[in-house]
Amino acid sequence: MTATAVQATELRKTYPGDVKALDGLSLSVEKGEIFGMLGPNGAGKSTTIRILTTLSRPDSGKAKVAGVDVLASPDDVRRRIGVVAQGSGVDPVATGRENLALQGRVYGMRGQTLRRRVDELLERFRLTKAADRPAQTYSGGMKRRLDIALGMIHSPQVLFLDEPTTGLDPEVRADMWEMIRRLVTDDGLTVLLTTHYMDEADRLADRVAIVEGGRVVAEGAPEALKSDLEGDAVHIELAEPEAADRARDILSQVTANGTQVDGKTVRARVRGGAEAVPRILTTLDGAGISVASVTVSRPSLDDVYFRHTGRSLAAAEEGEEK
Amino acid sequence: MTAIAHAGYMTGRHLRALARQPWYIAFTLLQPLIYLLIFGALFEKASLIPGFGSDSYITFLTPGVLVMSALFTAVWNGMNILEDMKRGTLDRFLVTPVWRGALIAGPIANAAVSSLVQAGVIFGVGTLLGADYEGGIAGVTVLILASLLLTAPFAAFSNAVALTARQEETMIGLANFVALPLTFLASGFMPLDLAPNWIQTAAKFNPVNWALEAGREALSAAPDWGVIGIRLGLLVVVGTVLFTLATSAFRSYQRSI
Repeated sequence: MTATAVQATELRKTYPGDVKALDGLSLSVEKGEIFGMLGPNGAGKSTTIRILTTLSRPDSGKAKVAGVDVLASPDDVRRRIGVVAQGSGVDPVATGRENLALQGRVYGMRGQTLRRRVDELLERFRLTKAADRPAQTYSGGMKRRLDIALGMIHSPQVLFLDEPTTGLDPEVRADMWEMIRRLVTDDGLTVLLTTHYMDEADRLADRVAIVEGGRVVAEGAPEALKSDLEGDAVHIELAEPEAADRARDILSQVTANGTQVDGKTVRARVRGGAEAVPRILTTLDGAGISVASVTVSRPSLDDVYFRHTGRSLAAAEEGEEK
Repeated sequence: MTAIAHAGYMTGRHLRALARQPWYIAFTLLQPLIYLLIFGALFEKASLIPGFGSDSYITFLTPGVLVMSALFTAVWNGMNILEDMKRGTLDRFLVTPVWRGALIAGPIANAAVSSLVQAGVIFGVGTLLGADYEGGIAGVTVLILASLLLTAPFAAFSNAVALTARQEETMIGLANFVALPLTFLASGFMPLDLAPNWIQTAAKFNPVNWALEAGREALSAAPDWGVIGIRLGLLVVVGTVLFTLATSAFRSYQRSI
């Protein structure tokens, strides 16, 4: 039997200046799973986390975390959750041990219990040696581990991680993933994380919600989402981008539904992709469209993202920076 | 009880941070001494003006510099919370069940301790330069108490501004805009008897002047404790109001994020 750890219903929030951050976002996270919210910056992931962790309030909508109403009983929710915000919340002037001890005291822990818990977390997150050094001397990975330890001090039921591996080296990221997995297996925690890394959502999360424009456009296990896309993914890179629309029209006659243009690449899905490629190339060649490269693969989470949002995650990220 | 405990934890955090910044401490101590030396030399002959009321300018100036230093420490206090905001430390505390007031009380206590250390050094150097008070230890204690009671409302105000404006530029502008006029619309550097009427009137509503009047009265040969009590009481009232205001500013901050 599964129980719901986080339930968000129709969350809406608009910031001053008519910036719509959330536009009816709903999601549900089951107990004991790693749930990933995937989307570009500005999609509404951080706003969702802020609302679910009682930091901010929605204009409308409802949310329950660990069975408690977020809007009605924020203090009860606070006792049940751990939060690791984007960036770091570490006090750089204090030592790792002082950071942890203060965090514990705020939750009412003290004396022997607190000391033991601090030692245990320092050990577990490999910070024992650095425990009595100011946190500003820590590396990025160490700071992140201290952040997670801070979120874990009071043994919460649900842990929120906002962009846990952004800005970390690849090896450190893999290490973080392992650590997050163990929080679920060893501590029975439920983890809700946000990410704009496709591979992170794919490999770390049990279930994923694709967030776009303040709403969830698709939700499910990565494998299930991928197998919802029929056939193989065929990406055809054209020599001349101007021909993209014409190529799409031609391709939609010979391939399965859902042919889309992504810059000078046309994305199509075909049953039995490898056999279909010669036919596709002949057809395009007959229409006078020259092809630079063709790849055939099993649909990736990126294809799922593209299917539901009409753009690749990379393009969405770039659009955000403009 | 929880509230007091939380305030204690946050105070401890700020004091530990303060103790780790020896250069900051050195500068906060050096600055008032420079004022003491420069103003003391510049206005030395002011005590010769008829009606000045004291025959030693350094005796008159020392409480003025002490209260001014407390005010300046207080108006910049919001920088602490602004920095916590930038680092994400503030948000980390706000998603815990910590008492919101503790997040204001911590930095205020930090300012109070800074002011206390400053006061000790200012008095010591003032005395070396020849300042002399008939009110003795009791007088000095009241003056320092008054300057601490002045720290609280202005530090709370500074935190409220930081939480509402969330910008260093606004903080800097407002700190200067508030601190300088309030410093000089009071009897810190010149007796009000020698000031124009409008300044005398403005000073009546100036908390900086309340602190100075309470202190100067206590330092005199025969203090009127009623005068002192009213001034200190007013400072407590203003402090309580502004503390409540600063604590409720968290709501406006959280609405905006």
